Amino acid sequence: MDAMKTPLLSVKNLSVAFHQGGKTSLAVDGVSFDIMPGEVLALVGESGSGKSVSANSILRLLPYPAASHPSGEILFQGKDLLTADERTLRQVRGNDITMIFQEPMTSLNPLHSIERQIGEILELHQGLTGDAARARILELLHQVGIREPEKRLKAYPHELSGGQRQRVMIAMALANRPALLIADEPTTALDVTVQAQILELLRDLKSEHGMSMLFITHDLGIVRKFADRVCVMTKGKIVETGTVEDVFTRPQHDYTRHLLAAEPRGEPPLADPTRPVVMQGDDIRVWFPIKAGFLRRTVDHVKAVDGIDVTLRAGQTLGVVGESGSGKTTLGLALARLISSKGRIAFLGQDINGFSFKEMRPLRERLQVVFQDPYGSLSPRMTVGDIIAEGLQVHEPSLDADARDARVVEALNEVGLDPVTRWRYPHEFSGGQRQRIAIARAMVLKPRFVMLDEPTSALDMSVQAQVVDLLRDLQKRHDLAYLFISHDLKVVKALANEIIVMRSGRVVEQGPSAEIFAAPKETYTQALMAAAFNLEARAVSAVSQ
Amino acid sequence: MMTDATTTSTLQAAVEKPKRAFLSPVNRRRLENFKANRRGWWSFWLFLALFLASLCAELIANDRPIIVSYKGEILFPVVVNYPEEKFGGFLAETDYRSSFIADEIKANGWAIWPPIHYSYRTVNSNIPHSAPTAPFWLMSKEERCSGYAGGVNDPECNLGNLNWLGTDDQARDVTARMIYGFRISVLFGLALTIASAVIGVTAGAVQGYFGGWTDLLMQRFIEIWSSMPVLYILLIIAAIMPPGFFVLLGIMLLFSWVGFVGVVRAEFLRARNFEYVRAARALGVGNATIMFRHLLPNAMVATLTFLPFILSGSITTLTSLDFLGFGMPPGSPSLGEMIAQGKKNLQAPWLGLTAFFTMSIMLSLLIFVGEAVRDAFDPRKTFR
Repeated sequence: MDAMKTPLLSVKNLSVAFHQGGKTSLAVDGVSFDIMPGEVLALVGESGSGKSVSANSILRLLPYPAASHPSGEILFQGKDLLTADERTLRQVRGNDITMIFQEPMTSLNPLHSIERQIGEILELHQGLTGDAARARILELLHQVGIREPEKRLKAYPHELSGGQRQRVMIAMALANRPALLIADEPTTALDVTVQAQILELLRDLKSEHGMSMLFITHDLGIVRKFADRVCVMTKGKIVETGTVEDVFTRPQHDYTRHLLAAEPRGEPPLADPTRPVVMQGDDIRVWFPIKAGFLRRTVDHVKAVDGIDVTLRAGQTLGVVGESGSGKTTLGLALARLISSKGRIAFLGQDINGFSFKEMRPLRERLQVVFQDPYGSLSPRMTVGDIIAEGLQVHEPSLDADARDARVVEALNEVGLDPVTRWRYPHEFSGGQRQRIAIARAMVLKPRFVMLDEPTSALDMSVQAQVVDLLRDLQKRHDLAYLFISHDLKVVKALANEIIVMRSGRVVEQGPSAEIFAAPKETYTQALMAAAFNLEARAVSAVSQ
Repeated sequence: MMTDATTTSTLQAAVEKPKRAFLSPVNRRRLENFKANRRGWWSFWLFLALFLASLCAELIANDRPIIVSYKGEILFPVVVNYPEEKFGGFLAETDYRSSFIADEIKANGWAIWPPIHYSYRTVNSNIPHSAPTAPFWLMSKEERCSGYAGGVNDPECNLGNLNWLGTDDQARDVTARMIYGFRISVLFGLALTIASAVIGVTAGAVQGYFGGWTDLLMQRFIEIWSSMPVLYILLIIAAIMPPGFFVLLGIMLLFSWVGFVGVVRAEFLRARNFEYVRAARALGVGNATIMFRHLLPNAMVATLTFLPFILSGSITTLTSLDFLGFGMPPGSPSLGEMIAQGKKNLQAPWLGLTAFFTMSIMLSLLIFVGEAVRDAFDPRKTFR
């Protein structure tokens, strides 16, 4: 440490406790760290490690009095923010220290235009109004790389893409030239291509303004690329602190090593064109009509999926990749007949595209879906056993309670969960365990085809690797055909032997995954790969902003 | 395969099914929160006690004995209608309060009376002066017994025969009318609330779940339906058929179910796109099952939160109709009618005051309970 330099922000022995129903739980336990002027400090950890809670307590944004600080002080430019009064705190918030959040969808007020949202901060802290404010807003929007900022002034948040919204959030955070920017997983909700652009933007802005940054993330790739120093957090404690170089090359703590080793590994199944075809789709189209005028006539269509051919064979995995809005989930839902589509869909040699919900029901047993969000896809009011048995009740009503229970136990064993868990409720499980339950729900019916809709996106990195291993294992054992939808190319690389790269409902590139990963032909695919594997924003014009 | 099966069975044997708790953890937390609100918790038990007591109103206030032993025979006049010839009279129904029957029973056995010797329609023929008369404790002993033949020494001038809260303008006992009136108010409120909840939740569920044209058409229908003037329709129907408990219930039900539709519909609209609902659909689960098993529990929170307030609203509506004279048929025990009498007889404040206190205590208890229920279901509420 340079003795001349005093830290900009110094957190000492900070603890955060939450009280509910007479119980107190310690979310953060004696955490200390310093941020020097102009430095980027990364706070890394898996979900529930207390990293966001620590960051939120810097500006005292926690739900007090349900939360409290049993110990600690947060010194910012010599002032203790934990004991400061509301007025001092308001001076600091949005002025000296600003924050950007994970979810750009909900952090902007949907009823205010972009100009008004940014203008509000300028007026509040600098007293800027009218033309002066407008000039500054344009300058800020230009800085954060919004194309044609003049036209965007009057836009509302819903008219912007996720990346653009995050840029607006950054513009708001920069408006008062803060000394410290706290970024709480600012790119987690964004596509990889957009993530790369945002990271590039933040890096440029940091060097331009010389501000410090506290960067909270679970993604070690970002940390390595982006931060100067890193604190590794787990279970409310910081277990390792050091420069990025040190921590990545010579990790001291077991947990850090565990995190660093947690990359999806393994090889996808070998492509084998002689295997029987399980699912075939020819020229699949899903068009949503755009209606306009008094009579609501259809004037145009949103072509979510526009003429795609797929062939899925037993024991093989077809990966579908693309940015959000490219129509990959829609394609999956169409193949699973959960939304209506045009074009021939053949499942086990049977044409199913004209089938009604009732006619589909007997086939659903062999055609299963695993959804993205393990927190949303399990009913909170049913026990794990009931959740898994629900499909059995529909498809094998002849089973008695004991036989059903035996099948549930079998399915839980198969996904690596203790069968005792079947009497518990989903909220008692972590994200990874929940995703295992969701997989067990699909597996208990012994399907032939499973559509996996981003099954690893909501999970922590180390859990992702486990789920990928589990999926590959199940595929081998039951000769399953997977349609694997993901924006995470690392996971796709470990699972899929053939991939489709989609953009705006059309196929950009299609072929064996080994070939595409080794030598992508299209610019779009190249940009996607660069962003996913190197966090580089390349060929920006080819991808969305 | 063999080994697989054995491992499975050993695992099953090793793991005993834990005793399933009666309530899920979420509901247990809600119950804890409900108990934590002391006022609501006590109000709930107090209201329940009052309601259960009023359900046995016939055993508390009645113009016939509970058990009679007459010539060695045990009779239950409270449940069985004995003709008067059984006791040597000639009427179709026995008037146990008449001195002739009372003497006859006394001579040939005994009788156990309820604490109050009046039913809601019994007329006290021994009042000291013209009705309404004041509560007995506002009069001197001579005055309160002056209506009886034996005066102060008449054995009939006892606590059970005196009017604890006075009489109304037709010489009927106010206490008895209050007890029966409370019961009918609560029963009416409960019946109306439950029936409208069933209809409203069903309608809201169907609208929210299916959406589209179903939703659009039903919403428009509800808009037209709820803009109808309920009071005028009540007046018109009252002119055609005599209003009674079930006629009133039916008419009120026609309009009160609409209140539930909004919340339930919104809840179903929101929840039908939940991933676990989509997951259930992908499993091939039918619409009715999805609605009942996965969506209804979501809407139940909103509905249960509403219930106590709808209940108190229904009670108030019935009372106001009775007050205006469009409610229950004349002679029925009703708090609204008692208020109307109190308004007509300002010289007899016990009428208005009794009705007022009954209403306000009943509604306050319900509101306190409702408040506690609402807080218990609020996931963000923390009790410290």
